[in-house]
Amino acid sequence: MRYSLTSLLRQTLTGHKGWTPQWRDAAPKAEYDIVIVGGGGHGLATAYYLAKEYGLTNIAVLEKSWIGSGNIGRNTTIIRSNYLLSENISLYELSLKLWEGLEQDFNYNAMVSQRGVLNLYHSDGQRDAYARRSNMMRLNGADSELLDKEGVRKLYPFLNFDAARFPIQGGLLQKRGGTVRHDAVAWGYARGASDRGVDVIQNCEVTGIDIVDGRAVGVQTSRGAIRAKKIGIAVAGSSSRVAAMAGMRLPIESHVLQAFVSEGLKPIIPGVITFGAGHFYISQSDKGGLVFGGDIDGYNSYAQRGNLPVVEDVCEGGMALMPAIGRARMLRNWGGLVDMSMDGSPIIDRTHIDGLYLNAGWCYGGFKATPGSGFVFAHLLARDEPHPAANRLLLDRFRSGHIVDEKGQGAQPNLH
Amino acid sequence: MRIPCPYCGSRDSSEFSYSGDATLTRPTPDNADAMFDYVYLRDNPVGLHREYWYHAAGCHAWLKVTRNVSTHEVIEAVLAHDEAAS
Repeated sequence: MRYSLTSLLRQTLTGHKGWTPQWRDAAPKAEYDIVIVGGGGHGLATAYYLAKEYGLTNIAVLEKSWIGSGNIGRNTTIIRSNYLLSENISLYELSLKLWEGLEQDFNYNAMVSQRGVLNLYHSDGQRDAYARRSNMMRLNGADSELLDKEGVRKLYPFLNFDAARFPIQGGLLQKRGGTVRHDAVAWGYARGASDRGVDVIQNCEVTGIDIVDGRAVGVQTSRGAIRAKKIGIAVAGSSSRVAAMAGMRLPIESHVLQAFVSEGLKPIIPGVITFGAGHFYISQSDKGGLVFGGDIDGYNSYAQRGNLPVVEDVCEGGMALMPAIGRARMLRNWGGLVDMSMDGSPIIDRTHIDGLYLNAGWCYGGFKATPGSGFVFAHLLARDEPHPAANRLLLDRFRSGHIVDEKGQGAQPNLH
Repeated sequence: MRIPCPYCGSRDSSEFSYSGDATLTRPTPDNADAMFDYVYLRDNPVGLHREYWYHAAGCHAWLKVTRNVSTHEVIEAVLAHDEAAS
């Protein structure tokens, strides 16, 4: 069913009894052309673009739990493309352009809201670094604007501008950045893929990858064996576990990233703000809750929950930036698993096993990449060659030395 | 999460800094393939993980900690120096 004002009026007149499930709860068949492991945002987007852009529909998306249970529903919903390195900007800018047309494209209200992302700077050195980043963004086709202190004050008069330790000097603003209703992204892609013939299969955990003569030929699952001509892995957070089924070791550690939401408040924060003197970022959801987060906990974890030192650190960052939030109560906090790669950038590539493709290493930036990641991974699966926007985010870059390290931290995943 | 430091006793994990997988052995520099493995590739297992923690806000000892990464339960902490000597 296509959603429109007409369909809404028709349903209103008939008591809303005619709405149908948004996607088929498919059962696995014995064989597919392409099997995508992982029914998160990236896996569903991949299936959607394979069907829509490449006309490939004999596809299954295998999800071990239910759609929306993983990182697609655990992030802080921010979209942006304010990166420094062209290898990253090209992909994230493609993604931001896809966000801008997404709702019309997949006929679903994902509440894409380009409310602006502001990164604050607190020193001359940081201003220079942001000016350089801003120039790099413009050179690569993204929008950016460098604000001085008064420019920031016009947007957010309540910030702690004259803090003794970290006075706010200005900020880097990307107006096209913003937030999106994250669950609706998963639902919209699942519906769009399913409508085009893709089988979205829930409660189907992959337990093994069948390899014959150096070629991946299928997967073992909790719902039986499934043969496949091509297999794409899109399970960030658990990439090492699934890759190990194919005998691979990845340049990745799994870490936990926490997120927080306050009780619902009247509108106070119109956009997204990040604190430059610590790791803290905040926005306000349309329901009124303040949504915020900070650093990863910093040690290997598969627990999907973090520990108290990071909770304290994040709240200290918030208090330093805008003391007013000390009056709000925290409602919930939770953790998500992230693939921390060895250079802080993602990996989208073939593997040394024919027919096996990898989409991994998204660190804590996977949500904003969802449309772009799906688009370029679909290209890779369909054409067997990297998409031009992601042709330097390859697996062998670590061996060849072409690493994409935004911060220049080296091979220390918990510092990216 | 608390870590039982052999010198300082049970201490909060925020006193320590983390340095990852402690099961890796540094190869000789002339072996490029082994060096690539050592620098970049990780088993990244579920369950028990042997890892380095440095007691930065304490005795400055490097520890090898065995921890369940699925539950954050710390099983054991020994001095990395002792283990290297044995």
